[in-house]
Amino acid sequence: MAYSQKVVDKFEQTLKNPKEASVGRWKPGDKDFHRVGTGIVGAPACGDVMKLQIKCENIDGTNKIVDAKFKTYGCGSAIASSGELIDMLKGKTLEEAQNISNQEIVDILELPAIKIHCSVLAEEAIHRAIDDFKSRRNND
Amino acid sequence: MVPFTRKFDEMNTYYFDYASTTPVDSLVVDKMKECLSVDGAFGNSGSRSHVFGWKAEELVEEARVNVANLINCDPREIIWTSGATESDNLAIKGAAYFYSDKGKHIITSKIEHKAVLDVCRQLESESYEVTYLEPNNDGIITPESVEAALREDTVLVSLMHINNEIGVINDIEAIGKIVKQNGSIFHVDAAQSAGKIPIDIENLEVDLMSFSAHKIYGPKGIGALYIRRKPRVRLQPLFHGGGQERGIRAGTLPTHQIVGMGEAFKLAKEKMSEDFKNLSKYRDILWNGLKDMEEVYINGAIDNTFPGIFNMSFNFVEGESLIMALKNIAVSSGSACTSASLEPSYVLRALGRKDELAHSSIRFSFGRFTKEQEVKETVELVKDSVNKLREISPLWEMYQDGVDLDKIEWA
Repeated sequence: MAYSQKVVDKFEQTLKNPKEASVGRWKPGDKDFHRVGTGIVGAPACGDVMKLQIKCENIDGTNKIVDAKFKTYGCGSAIASSGELIDMLKGKTLEEAQNISNQEIVDILELPAIKIHCSVLAEEAIHRAIDDFKSRRNND
Repeated sequence: MVPFTRKFDEMNTYYFDYASTTPVDSLVVDKMKECLSVDGAFGNSGSRSHVFGWKAEELVEEARVNVANLINCDPREIIWTSGATESDNLAIKGAAYFYSDKGKHIITSKIEHKAVLDVCRQLESESYEVTYLEPNNDGIITPESVEAALREDTVLVSLMHINNEIGVINDIEAIGKIVKQNGSIFHVDAAQSAGKIPIDIENLEVDLMSFSAHKIYGPKGIGALYIRRKPRVRLQPLFHGGGQERGIRAGTLPTHQIVGMGEAFKLAKEKMSEDFKNLSKYRDILWNGLKDMEEVYINGAIDNTFPGIFNMSFNFVEGESLIMALKNIAVSSGSACTSASLEPSYVLRALGRKDELAHSSIRFSFGRFTKEQEVKETVELVKDSVNKLREISPLWEMYQDGVDLDKIEWA
């Protein structure tokens, strides 16, 4: 198994400058927390846990992702996949985000076959985060 | 396994994976070179009719003495093989087949090398019954657990001396006595221990012992099997052919490999105490430098452990990502992500470690060419990398928030 230079670069950038790579979190009590959707997927026993948060704003009647943050426990490609997903999400409507497929991440990062589950995890994380956001909409 | 593509700058990469393999000592290389070309001892040691064969035979026998001297046995008790995997195969299958009249029960442990476990699995498919002993929490197979598992029809007990993942040392002297009382054959895989800690066959009730050259600064592709002569232990051969090695293992002897192994074992005997002292120092530097970090665990134990192998878990950090972050340090991990099977280390699981601690494990293994400065720098690099990875770890965040991770229902 070998990683592409893209995975290595993404991983190293994330580690070197986590803030710039959107590592972080919004927590209860934060201003606008009611406009944040959180998705946590994976399990420690399986070796990867991804936590994705999206912050949405209602722009002209459509919810758009204006910012996103993540934290990931997992192998290099899981961390790189989360970072890649974040880049894709910003500026997208929820509907567009919902349609992101794991294959896009596989293609961009040139993930080896044995690491495709990392991209699947990222896809699941966005679905969870969107569901979570939608469940909060009444709190607007 | 290298988990990512990178043009390694080998000169600036510290090698801490000696338990996987070692570089060949340059003294060994010099001796090996003398056995290959037309002006060297290239002959077939089986050729009895000319000087080329005689010279090769002389060197092979000299090497056999060197191997025998390391463990204090008779050179006639040493058989050349292609490595410890073949030695394990020959010992286990050879004894199980030859003594099948005694019974078809074999005892081994859950934390053996695959070269033992897979042979046992194969024998299970040939109507043998295998008991896989559980280690205690430190990873040791206790003599009591062996005693409890022995049966009248136990033909063979196969256990390792030093565990390759966690470095713990089994008490093969005590276990040997118990196995002997039962009249069973005792095989010990000494691939990780030969040349690293003293082994004196005279004081051990061991019938068969596997050795590898490349774990102790010899070449890959050569190993040996000790086979006790008094009382004589017999094996059914696996390779048939030209009758070499008294018919137990046919095949032309690779003179250069054998000479390399002999030289490596001779050097190991000379350097064992110095090597051991240095390895203990390196292990202590590493552990003393890291033990005050939060949530770090030793897999295995500090006592009763070979200091050249040190296995630690850094909770809330996944092992492969840590290896990637430590890009100029060559280590291995029990994490699933570094294995083709995507299963975390079966050895760490057998110790009763939670899977997440197996995923978070790193094995450091030091050797003869490790420098103190490298270890000191590594302490700082590990701290820095673990801290950075924890900063991006949601599990670390939860731990800091006081969340009990065991109580969460993970998706």
